[in-house]
Amino acid sequence: MSLPDDLPDDAVLTEQGVDLAGARPARLLLIACGALAHEVLALKRLNGWDHMDLKCLPAKLHLYPDRITGEVAAMVEKHRQSYADIFVLYADCGTGGLLQAKCAELGVEMLAGPHCYSFFEGNDAFAAHDDEISAFYLTDFLVRQFDAFVWKPMGLDRHPELRDMIFGNYTKMVHQAQIEDEGLKRQAAAIAERMGLDFEYRFTGYGDLARSMARQP
Amino acid sequence: MSDQEDDIILAELSDDELVLQMHDDLYDGLKDEITEGVNILLGRKWTPYDVLTKALVEGMRIVGIDFRDGILFVPEVLLAANAMKAGMAILKPLLAETGAPRLGRMVIGTVKGDIHDIGKNLVTMMMEGAGFEVTDLGINNPVENYIGALEAQETDILGMSALLTTTMPYMKVVIDTMVEKGMRDDYIVLVGGAPLNEEFAKAIGADSYCRDAAVAVETAKALIAKKHNQMHA
Repeated sequence: MSLPDDLPDDAVLTEQGVDLAGARPARLLLIACGALAHEVLALKRLNGWDHMDLKCLPAKLHLYPDRITGEVAAMVEKHRQSYADIFVLYADCGTGGLLQAKCAELGVEMLAGPHCYSFFEGNDAFAAHDDEISAFYLTDFLVRQFDAFVWKPMGLDRHPELRDMIFGNYTKMVHQAQIEDEGLKRQAAAIAERMGLDFEYRFTGYGDLARSMARQP
Repeated sequence: MSDQEDDIILAELSDDELVLQMHDDLYDGLKDEITEGVNILLGRKWTPYDVLTKALVEGMRIVGIDFRDGILFVPEVLLAANAMKAGMAILKPLLAETGAPRLGRMVIGTVKGDIHDIGKNLVTMMMEGAGFEVTDLGINNPVENYIGALEAQETDILGMSALLTTTMPYMKVVIDTMVEKGMRDDYIVLVGGAPLNEEFAKAIGADSYCRDAAVAVETAKALIAKKHNQMHA
């Protein structure tokens, strides 16, 4: 599937991250999870936010949430002299409040909310889903990178018999779509079938990500 | 595993060799081989308790260390756990009959709003293997479930698990309720789950954060021993 930007492919965003800063630093640096790169670039382009540079850490850091805080902090420290402001495009992302505490200590702002499933839908709307504790969420990026992010790390390519041990308590997979793309929707439905779960499609757009970026000076 | 290893006939191994082979088989998640090994040792008049501790628990301890060190990952641990479960299924009724040493009793469950149980199940299995009697409340437990289970029979340890940043604060609800009821100090409270850390455990008033199942067992043993020492001081 083609994506409307010049990013490296999703496998690179997952494994290595990407540095999209120009030769001369812009005013604001966005330090983001690689899983958000397409969406952040789309918002920059749509809104003409040329004062923002984007550097992404590898999306696969989410497989080791205890490493996220340290990696983000190191990147903030490395670049803070070159930028007037830094905005961290991570939610809590399984850091148990440690990323929030570190960002506060460093004096930089970060996204509100527990994770991208929440802020794409809008944190308030997401929190209102009391009846969705057994939902497994996939954003567009995670649909495209499902095998690299979920299926292979959980060993399901080698040991499919583990499927129900891993997903047995879930009842449905919700594809939270940031863009309208029928091909991606079909791909998500096929993933739900592979997981043995019901499928629900939910268009979210960019949600609180867009609103938070728009608030940046 | 090599062809040579595939050809090993478990029944022909000495006790020591068989136990080491069972450690390897647990590591490789070979359920059928573990079942066979347990039956062979029992047939050689090993006590169920010795089979459990020397073959299975020690094997899982090695798995736990390599998981902690990043050599093994979740799928391998799950396969090892399945293999141990198969062995435990044979041993559990025998252990009850033979009166194996009991270290204490634990109530464990995943908190309200959370359906994740892989870590909790591993802790349950390892605690049972280490000699604790465990009541597993399952997933999505409101505070009433924990309190009810604690009040239902004499218990030493409460274990709570959460995988989500959004659900882990519920552990504090449970602990606060225990404080309100004047029962907090009667129990050792252990908490665990991917987004948790020491600071969080301390902040909510738990006794300890356990980063994995092996740590949970060691922590439980240490705190039980400390409690007994205090009682007898």
